[in-house]
Amino acid sequence: MTYFPEEVVERIFDFLATHRDRNAVSTVCKTWYRVERLSRRSVFVGNCYAVRPERVVARYPRLRSLTVKGKPHFADFNLVPHDWGGFALPWIEAAARGCPGLEELRLKRMIVFDESLELLARSFPNFKVLVLISCEGFSTDGLAAIATYCRVLRELDLQENEMEDRGPQWLSCFPDSCTSLVSLNFACLKGEVNAVSLERLVARCPNLRTLRLNRAVSVDTLSKILARAPHLVDLGTGSFTIDHRAEAYHKLINNFIKCKSLRSLSGFWDATPRCLPAVYPICGNLTGLNLSYAPAIQGADLIKLIRQCSKLQRLWVLDCIGDKGLAVVANTCKELQELRVFPSDVYGEGIAAVTEEGLVAVSSGCPKLISLLYFCHQMTNAALITVAKNCPQFTRFRLCILDPGKPDPVTNQPLDEGFGAIVQSCKDLRRLSLSGHLTDQVFLYIGMYAERLEMLSIAFAGDSDKGMVYVLNGCKNLRKLEIRDSPFGDAALLEDVGKYETMRSLWMSSCDVTLGGCKTLAAKMPRLNVEVINEMDESDELEENPSDLHRVEKMYVYRTVAGPRNDAPDFVWTL
Amino acid sequence: MEEDFRKGEECPHLLDLIPNERDWMVKEVGGGGKGFGVIEEKKLELRLGLPGSEDWPAVMGKQEEHSVESALSLGHYKLCKTSGINPSSVGAKRGFFDTVESKTEVFQQQQQQHPGFLQLQAKGKDLSPKTNGRAEQQSLERKACGSSVAHGSAAAPSRNAAGANNSSQTRTATTPVVGWPPIRSFRRNLASTSKPSLESENGGLETAIKPENGGKGLFVKINMDGIPIGRKVDLKAYDSYEKLPLAVNELFQGLLAAQRDPLAAGNQKNPEEKPAITGLLDGNGEYTLVYEDDEGDKMLVGDVPWDMFVSMAKRLRVLKSSELSASSLLQLGAVTRKRTAAEC
Repeated sequence: MTYFPEEVVERIFDFLATHRDRNAVSTVCKTWYRVERLSRRSVFVGNCYAVRPERVVARYPRLRSLTVKGKPHFADFNLVPHDWGGFALPWIEAAARGCPGLEELRLKRMIVFDESLELLARSFPNFKVLVLISCEGFSTDGLAAIATYCRVLRELDLQENEMEDRGPQWLSCFPDSCTSLVSLNFACLKGEVNAVSLERLVARCPNLRTLRLNRAVSVDTLSKILARAPHLVDLGTGSFTIDHRAEAYHKLINNFIKCKSLRSLSGFWDATPRCLPAVYPICGNLTGLNLSYAPAIQGADLIKLIRQCSKLQRLWVLDCIGDKGLAVVANTCKELQELRVFPSDVYGEGIAAVTEEGLVAVSSGCPKLISLLYFCHQMTNAALITVAKNCPQFTRFRLCILDPGKPDPVTNQPLDEGFGAIVQSCKDLRRLSLSGHLTDQVFLYIGMYAERLEMLSIAFAGDSDKGMVYVLNGCKNLRKLEIRDSPFGDAALLEDVGKYETMRSLWMSSCDVTLGGCKTLAAKMPRLNVEVINEMDESDELEENPSDLHRVEKMYVYRTVAGPRNDAPDFVWTL
Repeated sequence: MEEDFRKGEECPHLLDLIPNERDWMVKEVGGGGKGFGVIEEKKLELRLGLPGSEDWPAVMGKQEEHSVESALSLGHYKLCKTSGINPSSVGAKRGFFDTVESKTEVFQQQQQQHPGFLQLQAKGKDLSPKTNGRAEQQSLERKACGSSVAHGSAAAPSRNAAGANNSSQTRTATTPVVGWPPIRSFRRNLASTSKPSLESENGGLETAIKPENGGKGLFVKINMDGIPIGRKVDLKAYDSYEKLPLAVNELFQGLLAAQRDPLAAGNQKNPEEKPAITGLLDGNGEYTLVYEDDEGDKMLVGDVPWDMFVSMAKRLRVLKSSELSASSLLQLGAVTRKRTAAEC
């Protein structure tokens, strides 16, 4: 290959689709390193503290698309203090200086200030795509800046962010000349938007394919929007309540009928059963359906709807669908690939809405199922074994039994065997979340069989250090390990310190790891950041020198070439 | 080997682990229906596999040949530190889950054991391990266990460590745990914050409970032998098999009487004189209740749990019991039920 001119090598590298492949070729020789870095268009940084932004930008000056992730996953469940870190500003600043051609920025679990968004909007004349997932720290003012200055914006995708509402005017900041929008998602916005501005914006963007409205948008506005944009492919409704006897309802149905390209529906806030028939006309074409924000739609109505959705590939529902509803899904949705069943009654013991029966039914009826998130009240080993047999092709399997540490209710045994069957059968399993009563045995199975496993989430499980060691020893592709409330201590942590350099990160909270153990780890592995998060109650005395035997409440370990970070708040100690 | 495994002292729980009420097995499950049904009946098929054979799907393939769709065996289980070189030593009469449990005990307390496979065979065959199994076992030991683990401490596992270690590992859901269940904050309050905003229009919350809505009703057709007009019954209105026959009786009593005595059809004065339809479920009555399930098969009402029946029943039929002997119900094993042939 050294006889080829660099342009040819670059052309060959164009065919490398994955980050891993491109990273690999860059290590072959100096020439390839240079060719690769100068032609690299897209970079993915899984942990924003693993590398300095300046370094990334210096190496890849022609970067067009940057993805950065910040907080650990358990931040989604309020286990990480809000100001732990993960600031977007350094990245935007570095990119503004070094990659003026940046077109796409995707951030997940990061803190994004309005100033950062403004800097972003002004710094990149070709900026096209902004995706913010589970971020916080910004407001509608920041969005206004994006709308105002990003002249060729194609995608503004806000998913599950915590953002402050400072008024509806941001939407009106899109200039009349903005006609390039392809995707607009502001479903997580809590405040009002100006309906007229919205309709006008939709009307002048002929390429709009994805539109996800927020709860404040009325069904009336929705109806008008559908009339203007019948070419939509992905729709998130706003508040979905309408008097089914009114003229407006029939108009809505007619407008839905005109949307022949509609393939995905979500939203449905405040939806009541009588409004659902409005979408019946398009059900037959749907590949994606998210009804998980509509707790008033109960089993029978869900069933009526789902019976018509034979092409469904992705379904998100609440557990009021019941085992019976899942049986209908199993009978109807033969193309189903992803299923998520969320809990609707979180605090009460509640009626057992879905159990192992529903899962078994779906596993047996849906041959293409590869991704599962399932909240249920109980699970049995027998069911899991059956599921494992029916669906050996799972890549993502997340099971959450709502009662922590609950055993198999039929046999009273731990669920080791069930999960063992899953990992043994599903050879392509990349992500796994465990729950229920589990002993070290399940980790033995995971270590033995889960060869492709990349992410493992453990809660209230295991008996001893051995459990964690089995996983660390066995899962050679493990990238992220997150553990809470499990009896793993220093011995497990220090068993194989080199392992953590092969992983992106390790999170342990409410386990048995001590400060001394963390210090030892930090001392042995200079290229890991060992962070101890100590949130003190006001009643606690501030310990100047806590003993090494002190149990650490939250610990986050990650590999890095950037050294200890300089933006850590007081309660985060990098050892 | 057998002795190793069966040492009473080291495996104190072996015999205790088999609950009396469990039907733990030893049957070849053939044509036992779908996995679903088998779970209900708690049949476990256990097979002994040979150490050294790794390919679980291949073994499963063999299972299919024996039409054992309902098998619950877990395939090969390589366990470090078990003495199961001779798989049969596990004992054929052991529930699958039980055995693995007991092996766990052994596992923790014995240091220098070879890994073995844990596929148990119901038939109680004595399979002697193949010699090539050993080399594989040792490589498996290296692979699976890691040296540090295999010779680790003999700390007895605290089986209820989950409870002991962490107060938050309670088995009841009464105390809310931080960050549990693992859902985002906006999902937690979904049920309470969501309310239909059309209260004024209907003079009340528009819920799915109103019958005219058909919201929660599950109406299935029901026909009765000899009566040309069918009815509909709402299965969701009942929560058990007790009330269904009464409802059927109510639906058809009048019609039946009218059939038999057309002259009295209009006579509503003496409802007590109409003969009641009884014995629908126990085989003793003049009529028997059957249903058609989602596969179109005719089934006797009462065999499966109520909830499952409701989910499966597509239509009901009230047959004359004398017809049963001639019908295809026989093929489904209805003969196992004790019935007196009713004379019409």
